[in-house]
Amino acid sequence: MNNWIQAIVNVFSNPIFYKSTLTQSTPLILAALGGVYAETTGVTNIALEGIMLMGAFGGVAGSYFTGNPWYGLALGVLLGSMLAALHAWASIKYGADQIISGTALILLAQGITGFALVELFGQPGSTDLVRSIPLVKLGGFENVPFVGSIFGSLSPFVYIAFISVLMSWFLIYKTKLGLRMRSVGNNPEAADTLGVNVYNIRYFGVMMSGVLAAIGGAYLSIGELGQFTTNMTNGRGFIALAAMIIGNWNPTGAMLAALLFGAASAFNNQLQSQSVLSLSTNTQYIFGMIPYIITLIVVGGLIGKSRAPTADGIPYIKE
Amino acid sequence: MEKKQDYSQYAVVMEKITKRFPGVIANDGVDLFVKKGEIHAIIGENGAGKTTLMSQLYGLIRPDSGKIYINGKETVIKDPNDAIKSKIGMVHQHFMLVERLSVVENVVLGSEPVNGPFFAANRARKAVMELSKNFGLIVNPDSIIEDLPVGMQQRVEIIKVLYRGAEILILDEPTAVLTPQETDELFSILKNLKAQGKTIIFITHKLHEVMAVTESVTVMRLGKVTGIVKTNETNSRELAKMMVGRDVLLTVEKGEAKAGNDVLKVKDLHVRENRGIEAVKGLSLTVRTGEIVGIAGVAGNGQTELTEALTGLRKVESGQIFFKDVDITNASAKKRRAMRMGHVPEDRLKHGLIKTFPIYYNFILGEHDYPEFSDGLFLRIDKIREFSEELVKRFDVRPPKIDLLGSNLSGGNQQKVIVAREIAFNPILMIISQPTRGLDVGAIEFIHKTIVSMRDNGVGILLISMELEEIFSLSDRILVIYEGQIMGEVAPKSTTTEEVGLMMAGHKLQDLQQEV
Amino acid sequence: MERINFRKIFLNEKVIVSMVSILVSLVVAAIVIIFIGKSPLVAYSALFYGAFGTKEAIIDNLMKASPLILTGLAVGFGFRAGLFNIGANGQVIMGALLATYVGTQVEGDPFYLSIPLVIMAGMIGGALWAGIAGWLKAYRGAHEVITTIMLNYVAIYISNYVVNGPFQAPGGVPKSPAIAYAAQFPNIMTVGATSLSTILFVSLAAVVVIYIIIQKTTIGYEVKAVGTNPYAAEYGGISIGKNVVLAMMISGALAGLAGTTQVVGVYGRYFGALGGTMGFDGITIALIGQNDPVGIALAAFLISSIRTGSNQMQIAGVPKDMVTIIQGIIIFLVAANRIFKTMKFYRKRKEVEI
Repeated sequence: MNNWIQAIVNVFSNPIFYKSTLTQSTPLILAALGGVYAETTGVTNIALEGIMLMGAFGGVAGSYFTGNPWYGLALGVLLGSMLAALHAWASIKYGADQIISGTALILLAQGITGFALVELFGQPGSTDLVRSIPLVKLGGFENVPFVGSIFGSLSPFVYIAFISVLMSWFLIYKTKLGLRMRSVGNNPEAADTLGVNVYNIRYFGVMMSGVLAAIGGAYLSIGELGQFTTNMTNGRGFIALAAMIIGNWNPTGAMLAALLFGAASAFNNQLQSQSVLSLSTNTQYIFGMIPYIITLIVVGGLIGKSRAPTADGIPYIKE
Repeated sequence: MEKKQDYSQYAVVMEKITKRFPGVIANDGVDLFVKKGEIHAIIGENGAGKTTLMSQLYGLIRPDSGKIYINGKETVIKDPNDAIKSKIGMVHQHFMLVERLSVVENVVLGSEPVNGPFFAANRARKAVMELSKNFGLIVNPDSIIEDLPVGMQQRVEIIKVLYRGAEILILDEPTAVLTPQETDELFSILKNLKAQGKTIIFITHKLHEVMAVTESVTVMRLGKVTGIVKTNETNSRELAKMMVGRDVLLTVEKGEAKAGNDVLKVKDLHVRENRGIEAVKGLSLTVRTGEIVGIAGVAGNGQTELTEALTGLRKVESGQIFFKDVDITNASAKKRRAMRMGHVPEDRLKHGLIKTFPIYYNFILGEHDYPEFSDGLFLRIDKIREFSEELVKRFDVRPPKIDLLGSNLSGGNQQKVIVAREIAFNPILMIISQPTRGLDVGAIEFIHKTIVSMRDNGVGILLISMELEEIFSLSDRILVIYEGQIMGEVAPKSTTTEEVGLMMAGHKLQDLQQEV
Repeated sequence: MERINFRKIFLNEKVIVSMVSILVSLVVAAIVIIFIGKSPLVAYSALFYGAFGTKEAIIDNLMKASPLILTGLAVGFGFRAGLFNIGANGQVIMGALLATYVGTQVEGDPFYLSIPLVIMAGMIGGALWAGIAGWLKAYRGAHEVITTIMLNYVAIYISNYVVNGPFQAPGGVPKSPAIAYAAQFPNIMTVGATSLSTILFVSLAAVVVIYIIIQKTTIGYEVKAVGTNPYAAEYGGISIGKNVVLAMMISGALAGLAGTTQVVGVYGRYFGALGGTMGFDGITIALIGQNDPVGIALAAFLISSIRTGSNQMQIAGVPKDMVTIIQGIIIFLVAANRIFKTMKFYRKRKEVEI
């Protein structure tokens, strides 16, 4: 027992845990935020997983061919947006079943990225190493004890993530556009009778989800790693969805939930490396389950009630 | 050359408006004259054409022929935006409010004041507060709609139209969802609006409201105008006469009822509808075997909730229901059916049939696991088909192909399938709701004959209908429901349509009888 | 029995949607193939050869199709009840795990005992796992898409934990011990390195059983009613909650069976990657097969064929992932099938199958 307490204390007192929380959460925050945009306007977008993958691949491809990782980011965003556009087109214009459409696009993303991986890089599995986005180094701050190790040298993606949350909060709750987004997602008919263009607002919501999730995905590949491997998102898109739900469909809530998942992941990793506990590598699986079980409990309404926007997932067809 | 009419004293003139829908003439040469600054009511029963008429004034639909004049000028109204430009605003019966947003947000949506990219929340709030004060529409601007009682939500809808500069307000059945107190508050608001120069048109079926607050009335019946009167020159009785007419009623051949024991007893029933408001407020009734009890009333007075409570599709707040002397207040729908309670539902496509199922599947809905049709695990398809063939013949369902899907049948034949099914399993009590809605004369006749023969075979029948003729021609006893309560019981032979019409509009029978 | 009306089958709206979706996706894929400088003709003939060209190929094809039929039925049955079971992957895993466990415990029992026990264990494992999601939906209103996805991940973690720890075969490799010999299914024939196992018959039998359940049982009637019109179902006294849970459990049992057949017929034990993408493929197959048992069987064979042929296609220069792309396009078009309705070559046919 004492060993466990010691180990846990070790983890929490090590700045690496906190930094790891930030880096693990970053892609989740971005993707979850993207999910919030789409669902606030009333479109269910479960294709986040696929959009992230396109973003990750685009990032590497762009960086590889131009030598500049920022162009990689741009390409990633472009590819992710194209996938989102397909979802928007099918769901908004043709009233497609949004969940089936989302599932199709995940498959499409997996297929396209795997295909392009072989075609462009010659072998399946992983790409060559490419230039990643340079880290933001805060001068002498790095030498500040504890806090310096956390914030001294972070990827710009982390900053982008948190700034996006802040800006999104303002957009959704303090602007005219945000008001219209919220109305369209809850009662598109009422908004329509007042002259609000339901279709356009929904396109906006879905495209934003494309942009944000793609950035989140790009972080995985060109954020620090510098490489793309097959299906590297590994379910993060779904965790982002869970974070959005637990966060009750608002930007700050989604951010906090994503941080929670990131922390759980970081905790898991750090705990594994504690020599105080002679843990078999097996326990990582037990801890790994925790975020998913939490989601089940929350979604199952066993803790509180989270509420999706009223018209979420229901196509608005003008008769 | 047409003589130009001088309509300048009128805020609204609708001239010879005709509007057709497939199978029905909703508005047939309707004339409407509303003076500037007056409160005008349009009354009529369900299907009279009132909402259709106002929808054309608000641009939701366009007339087939006829003209509209606003403030004396001929105006074409293509869509709600045109209506708003002509300073017309409409408060719908079913509110168009975004429940999770606040009052202010709902009012300004679509015409938001802005500060650069930002929503100027303060300016919006000020504007709403001003309107609220000026017109006596007291409401907290920051409340979230779903937390507000219905009366307040309606105020928000009114502020919404005022915010867009409406001078002419249309209200569709505004008191349908209000409590008596909220109704009084609404009337003060309307008087206030009138004092500030607004013109108000409201659609209703409630005669005492008309008498209380309007200056003139247009009465409609079956798409035509049956009367245009000044309120102070008429009274409820006359209005009721114009509303329900004195047509020769469709009579059905039927003998005297041979009523037996009580099969259904309802005691002081209270039922809430979906939003938590009471729809049935202490209702009691009895139905005996071998008789038809008709419940007359305008739609939305609790009939739906009553039938749902009786058939087990809705929970009861308080009160009791006895079927064959057994307390079934909380019994499941399945159990009630097993005890031989049949139900012909109000909405045949929602509850009565499964469109994508073939007819022979629909014939056994509710009895599909009975021993005649199932041996526990497997359906006895042969028996089911045999049973279906027989029913199709007996009830003359067309086309007589049991493999056709529910959606392939016409409305009349769909209804026949439902009625046939319910009869075939031999109920002792039948709850029948709106059995002939949307049907042609032939189908109506058939259904009516069937209902009478059920009665003659000893079945107790509770018939709920919005068609007064149907109630008169079929019922042995008539109960009138209004706002969830029974206004009185009469026998068709000893009452008049006027009397029933008055009860349907809110007058209690004992009050009417005292008046004489 | 009524005569099979071929004309009615082929002009059925749903069949047309599936066929057109497949055709369009093949055309789009062909365009992509041209774009990377290869010939679609060569690529598709390689695909065909790889799927049907040799005896080994056909056996491989059928063996791939076998579990896909089951997961397709699983997802398809769920759809009938109005439920989207994305959790087939997790149910495959849990079914396979439970089956393997029982399989290791029946050492020494004769085959007529061990085989039924193992099969039932597999079905129960999948059924219970899916039942969790079913219960959450029926009695807590939790959307089954999220819950089943979460359960998928939990299942993966459980499986990893188990085969790296308590249920690990000696030797340190992440796989379980082998199940009893008597619990394994015999092979029909073996050609080279590939064997055609009798588990294929399990899948075919399942097609028949599910067909019977849907068309001929009271359960099928109730499930369909709940799936198409819950209001009318309620009116008819049918319990929506009970049928939602039941439908998920049947769906889960089928998925669990898919995993089980892999254990008893192919590998003789459980190992980490056993589930693969079976569950997800089930979705494609159910959609293409329009939730009809026979359609699903055909769709499963279609997918298994393009999978089997993909190796050959890869040799011809087109990466295997093309197959995933094709799948994605097909599902996308089936979902967005209103697109076809706005195009001129769609004829209105109001037949909808039960």
